[in-house]
Amino acid sequence: MSTIGYESWAVDMAEVGPIYPFQGWEIPLVVIGVLFWIGWHRIQFVREHKHLEQAKQRALDHERIEQSVERY
Amino acid sequence: MDGNLNALTTVFTEFYYWVTVVFMFLIHVGFCMYEVGASRRRNHMHTLMKNVMVIPLVTVTFFFFGWWIYWAFPMFPFFGGLDLEAGAANLPWAETMGPNAADRITGVFWAAFLLFSWTAASIVSGAVIERIRSSALWVHAVLIGSVCWIIDAAWGWHYGGWMVKYLGYHDAYASGVIHGIAGGYALGVIAVLGPRIGKFAADGTPRDIPPHNPWMLTIGIFLIYTGFWGFYAACNIPAISPDGIGGEITGTTWTATNIYLAPTSLSGITFNFLMSLSGGLLAAYVVSKGDAFWTFSGGLAGVITASAGNDLYHPVQAMLIAAVGVVIVYNLHFWVERKFKLDDAVGAVAVHGYAGVIGLVIAGFVLWGVPSSPYEGYASINPLGQTLGAVIMFFGLGFLPAFIVAKMQKAAGVLRIPEEVELEGLDYAEHHAYEDAKQAIIEADKEYLSKKLTATE
Repeated sequence: MSTIGYESWAVDMAEVGPIYPFQGWEIPLVVIGVLFWIGWHRIQFVREHKHLEQAKQRALDHERIEQSVERY
Repeated sequence: MDGNLNALTTVFTEFYYWVTVVFMFLIHVGFCMYEVGASRRRNHMHTLMKNVMVIPLVTVTFFFFGWWIYWAFPMFPFFGGLDLEAGAANLPWAETMGPNAADRITGVFWAAFLLFSWTAASIVSGAVIERIRSSALWVHAVLIGSVCWIIDAAWGWHYGGWMVKYLGYHDAYASGVIHGIAGGYALGVIAVLGPRIGKFAADGTPRDIPPHNPWMLTIGIFLIYTGFWGFYAACNIPAISPDGIGGEITGTTWTATNIYLAPTSLSGITFNFLMSLSGGLLAAYVVSKGDAFWTFSGGLAGVITASAGNDLYHPVQAMLIAAVGVVIVYNLHFWVERKFKLDDAVGAVAVHGYAGVIGLVIAGFVLWGVPSSPYEGYASINPLGQTLGAVIMFFGLGFLPAFIVAKMQKAAGVLRIPEEVELEGLDYAEHHAYEDAKQAIIEADKEYLSKKLTATE
């Protein structure tokens, strides 16, 4: 048993095609990949929104803002 | 890969594109350094993170759908349907999109195009620093990097693209297909995003917001120049036989070609890259009265202006075209800034967008009547086709989608950071753990120092 379909390299390379594991499962793999990508955007979006809202409240401290502005 | 010559050509081509990809990585390193150098200290980490994360986001989406668009869209939707046959081998689930002993080119060719995608997205990233939300920019990065630019590449940077066939569009080193579209896209975003606080005085006079670190900018732009060498090489097919092209070229002499499979040489484009870089630097130094920022950017703008025709220009033509482009770009940048109150933080719209557009139009005149393709039935290069091409790149696929999406983001309140955060600095807002830790260790060191002083006293 071999996940790439070859158990030995005693082959004619002219006859060899794909050599990655689990051939035939490409479409489900891509679906998982797309969900990972979309999910990342969702997590980042929610987290950034929360951070900015918190920062906005904190930034009402004028002294801190003045220090930041001075820090060119 | 049977036969020694076939094997050698295949392995050489595979390695050739792989090397160009490694070189082109330096473009992104350069953009990161340039952006961080141009930003103020309170926004460093955010600025860097914003551009670094362009890499994975554009990469995965270019794998999922960008690469397929290039092969399926050459005639779509105006002159035919999707080319599903050509697209099939480039779908994300195709057997050629992975390790495959029967295919040794798809991965490196995909990567060469992908690095162009990063560049397009990164150009936009520079214009919007210090006030855009990362989440908003990353949506734009995917849109330009894996959709808009690759549609324009299918139309105008593909041997079978409709713009090449019917307009005679010629853009060998991507004046329009990368720089024109990215500049137009950046303009669309900043038109909605608005300027940074303090950029314009109450009477509308623009203020300069100087880079916090000019040296970082300098190294950044030199890395971009370096990566641009790889970009130029990646735009060529290094060696192909007339049989391999299958067009009108006769005889058996192999040649290097541009992306349209029309003849050029690595030697010729090396002359022209350096001469256009020099023309840009010389003109920018004069027109900006020796301003370092504009002189260095002018070198880049010079190369970009000449790039559309740098496969065929004489080196002196390349130098002069670059110089003319830079003078126009420089004046146009300040005119637009004053007139429309736009804040392009790194001059991206000018250096990439205006230079790209001007370069396309100039190529239409200088290369008027030159065959755009080695295949029969293609329009020859002409000023009208080039001008229409420039409009499609800059406005149609660049400015317009950017403007619409940015408007939607603004309406939803997710485009720009809050004013308070802009003043406080994004590094504290989003990277407060780093800032807090820094503050804590500074306080601890001060406390330790005061105890030591007390002890010796």
